[in-house]
Formats: sequence, structure tokens, C-alpha cells
Amino acid sequence: MKTILSEQQISLTVKRLAHQILEDYLQLKDTVIIGIQPRGVHLSDRIVHELSQLIPPASIQYGKLDITFYRDDIRKELHVPNKTDIPFGIENKNVVIIDDVLYKGRTIRAALDALLDFGRPAKVGLCVLIDRRFSREFPIQPDYVGRAIDTFSSQKVKVNWKEKDGRESVELI
Amino acid sequence: MRLSTKHLLGIKDLHKEDIQLILSTAAQFKDVLQRPVKKVPSLRDITIVNLFYENSTRTRISFELAEKRLSADTINFTASGSSAAKGETLLDTVNNILSMKVDMVVMRHSASGAPHFLSKHIPAAIVNAGDGINEHPTQALLDALSMTEKFGKLEGLKVAIIGDIMHSRVALSNIYLLKKMGAEVIVAGPPTLIPKYITEAFGLKVEYDIKKALQWCDVANVLRIQLERQNQPLFSSLREYNLAYGISRRLLESLGKEITIMHPGPINRGVELDSDVADGPYSIVLNQVENGVAVRMAVLYLLANREN
Repeated sequence: MKTILSEQQISLTVKRLAHQILEDYLQLKDTVIIGIQPRGVHLSDRIVHELSQLIPPASIQYGKLDITFYRDDIRKELHVPNKTDIPFGIENKNVVIIDDVLYKGRTIRAALDALLDFGRPAKVGLCVLIDRRFSREFPIQPDYVGRAIDTFSSQKVKVNWKEKDGRESVELI
Repeated sequence: MRLSTKHLLGIKDLHKEDIQLILSTAAQFKDVLQRPVKKVPSLRDITIVNLFYENSTRTRISFELAEKRLSADTINFTASGSSAAKGETLLDTVNNILSMKVDMVVMRHSASGAPHFLSKHIPAAIVNAGDGINEHPTQALLDALSMTEKFGKLEGLKVAIIGDIMHSRVALSNIYLLKKMGAEVIVAGPPTLIPKYITEAFGLKVEYDIKKALQWCDVANVLRIQLERQNQPLFSSLREYNLAYGISRRLLESLGKEITIMHPGPINRGVELDSDVADGPYSIVLNQVENGVAVRMAVLYLLANREN
């Protein structure tokens, strides 16, 4: 096991990602943040918290998206759905999707499908904490990356969150 | 997490965890039904046949809508106007349909146990949409979802099932489900419409005085008098039944407490339920129908054929 990011590094990375998003979408004008259920939401919660220190919290539109019903592997494995909560329209908005780890790109493929059922966004960006590069199975690339790493398919990336796992770290197993 | 069964033949075969999984999945599907696009692509590679050997409005429309909302392909079969009228057996009909590459069968039949028989002979997953006087599992599940939404949980809830218990598959499925989920259940109605051994079989209390039953319960699930299944007179007239066992607004107001009224439909207005009760503020009949689609989506989603 190797630690890729420590608690302090995660905190700094989250700050940077929030600033980068704000740099592209000043004051988050016409922009919404969407975290992917279940584990991407821990990261999006933190990024939204960071953003709320930088701009008025009322101007942040933040939703959560569950992609279970849009997966392409339901014949192989049954997933239990989580709550989708998008209390605003995304028509003609800039959408920033947030997830913890980008690996094969299949989750994000499903997320794009799910998202389009809520309207036609002007633009969709992707923000991830960990990018397992060179392992994509779909032409999907992130716009905001915490840390890009090279991994074998036999390895696993585990992101631990304090509220869920009791400690904060990213590990390569 | 997955269901412990391959088919949904009855609530009898389900575990508590299965019921919880179906209800929590149904709650997420209910959210989907509120969206602008009320459809998900989950079952786009699945074909489902709806085999209805018995009349149905709600259940058939609800299943078909659930299938379409899941993007499944559907075929509808009704016994009248089919080769069943020419004498083809149930198994032959189903095998012929399955040879056209159908993955799931939703089935209603007037013979109790028909889906159980089928499940022993065909590889497709079967969902029982009501078999004779045995079970109607998806109705019990949608009743459970409606009660959970209203009261938060089923455990400890006091439910009175009222009316034609004898001929009701809804009653049996509800009794199995409510017992498994820890609710308290009594049945009430005229003695001729209550099965003789129900107390021994389920440890249920039987109440013949409807007012006492209503006074005790939080929820009254009122059943339809199934005249089509009664081949001998079991009470003297519908009017007399209404006077002794029908639920009227005056009766509800005399209880001194608020109870919730459910009915699986179709309602015989003026027999088991008066119109001002069926359409009144205590009735959650239309919520039940709304929840039907979500519950059936959950069942079909959780049972859809998988590789392992």
C-alpha cells in the first residue's frame, strides 16, 4: 500500500480545485456543481464548502446525481441506487461534474446520459481528485485534476473520507 | 445487495431485507418519475411479456408503464382474443412466447399457483401480478410504500384489513408483508368472508365489529367485495353489507381519531366504501396507484436477468 495524498494534501488540493473552477467560471455565473453519488459527493461537498468561502454561498447551485439506473454493467452486477437531488434546471447552464476517481470513464459516460435527462447544458466540465491516466475505455478526459497517477489494472485506488472512513487519505493498494 | 429470489411469486418467499431493498429502490424510482424525463435506460436490453389471463386495469397499466419507464420492450397478451381461447395450454403459450427471446414474464391468472407452476418449467424470471385467491405481491409492496411514506415506518403500525378476506389475494400478501415488517394486523369483516383457520395460520386477531376494528387501527385497508369469485351467497345483499360493514364518513367521524383509508381498487362505491370516504381527506387511494409504478419498476429492475 502506498499513500498518494495525505490529509493535508487533500485539503490543499481541494482548495486548488475550487480556485481553478472559479477561475473558469467567475462568480459561478450560470454554472452549477454536480457531485456523483455515492463517493464523489464527499469531494463535491468539500469543494462547495471551499467555494462558499470565496463567493456568496447563495450564488452556488449544488446538486447530487446518482447514475445507477444509467450504468452499462447492470447485467453483471446489481447496484443499489442512491438519492439524486438536483433542485434546479440545468438548461443552458455550465455544469461541473465532480467525482473522486476517474478510471475507465464508464461512470462519467453514464453520468453524461443521466445529466442530459435533466436538460441540455451549455457546457459540461469534469473535476476529479485522482485521474488514473492511460486506463480509459471511453474518450473522456478531466478538466480539473487533483493528482494524475499511473496504475496497473490490478491495483486499486482507495479514497478515504473522514465522515465515511474515519481518516482522510488517498491510497494505492 | 440483491434479492434472495429469482422470481416474485409471493411475499411469502421474501425476506425482510428483500422487502426493504424493494421499497428503498422504489423510493429512488419515485424520484425519477418526478423528473422532466421520466425514463431511465436500465432495462433497454430486456423484453417483458405481460400475460393477463384475468381482467385488470390498474395493475396492467401500471406494469406496462413501469416497463416503459425502464426502457424495456413490452408485449401484451390478454387471454381473450388469443390462442388460449382455442384451447392452447398455459405452458405451450408461454414457451411459444419465450422462444421469441423474452426475458421476463409478468403474469396474472385466475388459478392460484399458476405462476409457481410456470416458474418450475421456464427459465425466464416471473413476476406474479395476482394469482387467483393466493397472492398479489406488488400490491402489498405498493401498500407498504404508501404506508411508509405516510407513517415513516411499518414497525408497530396498526393495520386493519377489512372486508372480503376470503377471496382476497391482496389481503394474504399484505398479511405476509406486514407480519414480516413487524406491523400489527387484524382482519375484520362478516364471518362468512373470513377464512376459518386464519387465526391459527397467522396468529391474527379477527374482529367482527367494524367500528371496533377502526377504533383500534392507524390504517384501514378496505378490500373489494369480489362478487365474481363468490359462487354462493355469503351475505344477504350489498345494501345490507354496506350498512353493517361499509365505511361511511359518519362512521369515521364517530371514531374520535384520524385513520388512514386505503383500497386496492377497483372500488365498489356505496358498498365497502362510500364516495365521500373514498374521495375524502383520509383516503390515500390515489397515492397507492402512483406508488404502484415505482414499486413495479423496482421489482422489475431488481429481477431483470443477470449473468450470475
